[in-house]
Amino acid sequence: MANAHAHGHDHSHDDHAHGPEKGIMRWIKTTNHKDLGTMYLWLSMIMFFIGGLMSLGIRLELFRPGMQWMDPEMFNQLTTVHALVMIFGGVMPGFVGLANWMVPMMVGCSDLALPRVNNWGFWILPFAFTLLISTFFMPGGAPAGGWTIYPPLVLQTGASFPFLIFAIHLMGISSITGAINVAVTILNMRAPGMTLLKMPLFVWTWLITAYLLIATMPVLAGAVTMLLTDKYFGTSFFNAAGGGDPVMFEHIFWFFGHPEVYILILPAFGIISTIIPTFARKPLFGYSSMVYATASIAFLSFIVWAHHMFTVGIPLAGELFFMFSTMLIAVPTGVKVFNWLATMWRGSMTFETPMLFAIAFVFLFTIGGFSGLMLAMAPVDFQYHNTYFVVAHFHYVLVPGACFAIIAAIYYWIPKWTGRMYNEFWGKVHFWWSAIFINVLFFPQHFVGLAGMPRRIPDYNVQFTDFNQISSIGAFAFFIGQFIFLINMLSCCFGWFGRKQNAPARVWEGAHGLEWTVPSPAPYHTFEDPPNVTDAETAAHA
Amino acid sequence: MCIGKRVSRAAAALTTLLATSMAHASKWNMPEGATQISHEVYALHMMVFWICVAIGVVVFGVMFYSVFAHRRSKNPVPATFHESTTVEIIWTILPFVILIFMAVPAAGTLIKMYDTRDADMTIKITGVQWRWQYEYVDSGVSFISSLSQDSNFARELNSGIDPATVPNYLLSVDHNLVVPAGKKVRLLVTAADVIHGWWVPDLAVKRDAIPGFVNEVWFKIDEPGIHRGQCTVLCGRDHGFMPIVVEAKTPEEFDAWIKAQKSGGAVEVAAATPAIANDAAPAPAAPPAPAEVAAAGSAKPAAAPAKLSHDDLMKAGKTAYEANCQACHQPTGQGMAPTFPSLVGGKISTGPVEGHIVQILKGKNLMPPFGDKLSDADVAAVATYERNSWGNKAGDVAPAQVAAQRGK
Repeated sequence: MANAHAHGHDHSHDDHAHGPEKGIMRWIKTTNHKDLGTMYLWLSMIMFFIGGLMSLGIRLELFRPGMQWMDPEMFNQLTTVHALVMIFGGVMPGFVGLANWMVPMMVGCSDLALPRVNNWGFWILPFAFTLLISTFFMPGGAPAGGWTIYPPLVLQTGASFPFLIFAIHLMGISSITGAINVAVTILNMRAPGMTLLKMPLFVWTWLITAYLLIATMPVLAGAVTMLLTDKYFGTSFFNAAGGGDPVMFEHIFWFFGHPEVYILILPAFGIISTIIPTFARKPLFGYSSMVYATASIAFLSFIVWAHHMFTVGIPLAGELFFMFSTMLIAVPTGVKVFNWLATMWRGSMTFETPMLFAIAFVFLFTIGGFSGLMLAMAPVDFQYHNTYFVVAHFHYVLVPGACFAIIAAIYYWIPKWTGRMYNEFWGKVHFWWSAIFINVLFFPQHFVGLAGMPRRIPDYNVQFTDFNQISSIGAFAFFIGQFIFLINMLSCCFGWFGRKQNAPARVWEGAHGLEWTVPSPAPYHTFEDPPNVTDAETAAHA
Repeated sequence: MCIGKRVSRAAAALTTLLATSMAHASKWNMPEGATQISHEVYALHMMVFWICVAIGVVVFGVMFYSVFAHRRSKNPVPATFHESTTVEIIWTILPFVILIFMAVPAAGTLIKMYDTRDADMTIKITGVQWRWQYEYVDSGVSFISSLSQDSNFARELNSGIDPATVPNYLLSVDHNLVVPAGKKVRLLVTAADVIHGWWVPDLAVKRDAIPGFVNEVWFKIDEPGIHRGQCTVLCGRDHGFMPIVVEAKTPEEFDAWIKAQKSGGAVEVAAATPAIANDAAPAPAAPPAPAEVAAAGSAKPAAAPAKLSHDDLMKAGKTAYEANCQACHQPTGQGMAPTFPSLVGGKISTGPVEGHIVQILKGKNLMPPFGDKLSDADVAAVATYERNSWGNKAGDVAPAQVAAQRGK
């Protein structure tokens, strides 16, 4: 068997008379994990901009008290679709794109286990999002009941209601098939010598995320199907007058919804666990602890869901149970933060753009974690629930949390994907701009939430003006800054500004892992023959 | 400036910040509130907050120190250690202990909040799109509380009215929820259509109003005063426009108020001028203004309204339209396609009178029912106004016609 280095060179021209097709049919028919990864990432980028535009509409109306720009119904449509687009169109496809690109290379196999299903799972998504966004132009407008789509309110949606349900079903199918694909690949196709406890942590976090997806997306599918039948087929699952129960929807939705938020963050944890050791030039501290902590978080995520429902009127015993289980989840999360710090400690750090975003993640995600801990305290949650304090919490863990991790991963791996190094100066400009304005945008929301401003309102009492204005300014500035990132990445893809395709195989001095043994740009087919995994390659986690 | 002065200036600023942050109606922090429970909740909040600050200072201190001291230029040779079971155990156990320390008092307060026994009175609260209905179960007094009119006008799209000129913009109503201070008040919270949420920060009471469920909460306000809150669960278009005002009176004043409601309980529909009194003015601290006594569709004035002239109907109808309908159907009657239909030459607004009346009484889809909010005379006035404005010429509507539709 040839050793790892020999697989730098590419068999594809010898073996395949049919290389990648030319033109658009390449992208429509591809089953290649690199192509699909690229498409998932572009979809994610586009969805982040679309969702971002919606958030600008929201922040524009919230700039001053009084209504200046839109009807309150329109505002509710924007908040609803903003969240659906960001969660299901931005973060999730972003992580799936990274999994597509990196998991096969990290475990030393040639592609995902089910390449055609991979293609189908991707192409469902542009269709689903076209459907969702087109609802703005339907009679009655887009759904406006919040991304949490509680009945009975959501049943007041007009003509767009079936399209909402259909879009959610499609996104769910895409996620489930993608998750099965990733899990089977990781379990069945690792190169010889790569035992589970030698896998890179990004692969571990994706394995666990895949199980969460498989367990919970069908639950969401069930919930939205019940909404559909309640509206059109005379059932009364959630209609009290018919003997049903609106609170049951909340239970079913959040049984999906809480693991969902861990789906939105576990791959980020894997990314940070990859980037910090590289730039600290030091192995990840506590590899097995990190694996167990991730697994504990995933397990606990199934038994905390009702902390989204503390004000619903759950009996005292249930309320206490969910308070305790929710507080408990802070422990493994804390363990991960401490392990990242211990990785940095007495390392030899340089601060290229991926590392800047990774450190900002640790700092800002932890702040989001603190507000999360505060929210876990049920009696105090009565004051926080459905206020801007919650909005601040989840945006901290999602934007400087999950988003910064995706951005860090793209800076980190784009030289591998394209063979071109990004512009480090503009990368740093993008970082500082984003890091400052994300805090200008979301930190004041803690204050207005504590001071009493509910969420999902288009207008507010004048006492909340100052911080809303600061927040809105932060939003516009943050949005504009993302164009710096877009242009930098496009320059890597297409060689703008004279960028040369001269990145080495091991782009980063401190990087370890099989992906750094193939050339940059990575050949269309890698690891067609499995590499022999030596400890030198997987030394990051001996 | 010498160091001493700098330090004392900084200390003064910090103290002011802390004092402000703990002051009433702060822009930065939760209110301490008006009840013992709200004070306990505030104390729990500050405790968790300071614990998080302390943990943050330590964790971020370590991180930023490391960023400084362990950068390559300062530490060119990285260490190689990468595990320690001892350390993992320590930083698992220590946070766990801190959590227990926080969980115990939190559980104590929660248990107290759930204890609704031995209440002095009970009020049933029903959330309906987009207002609150209050019913004093022990005395039969009941009324609807809606966003006050000045706020309602100012909040319309490009109203031209500066919200800063409206007192308690979006936080004032036409009928306050009046309660006695010093007494344990039990609330039964439910909803008639979609899920709403009843929240008054000063009372630390927030409970979802769910159709088909009745939730029980309680509060005991220490001193007389006014406390404002809002709907806290997205409930449709006007979710942000259905506030709550709780007015605590001394027990004596409260008894007098209840008595006035029960007897005087004057309904606003006077035969001569059917103005819509429940929207006329935001209720001030001592409301001599009559509250509408509206049970579900009954309790109309003892004196049947006399025949109303066309001009009476148009005048009262315009007032009612502006207060209740204009926000969606616009001053021009043109609505906002496709969500809010136009009333100009509309199928319902210029069609058969019965259908027009039923639409107003019962609502449809996004349009809430107004049957429990508007009297027969009010509905007749609004319908007449709509049928005779903007070029419509579809005849008048009499209160008796509205009464006839109510039974159905």
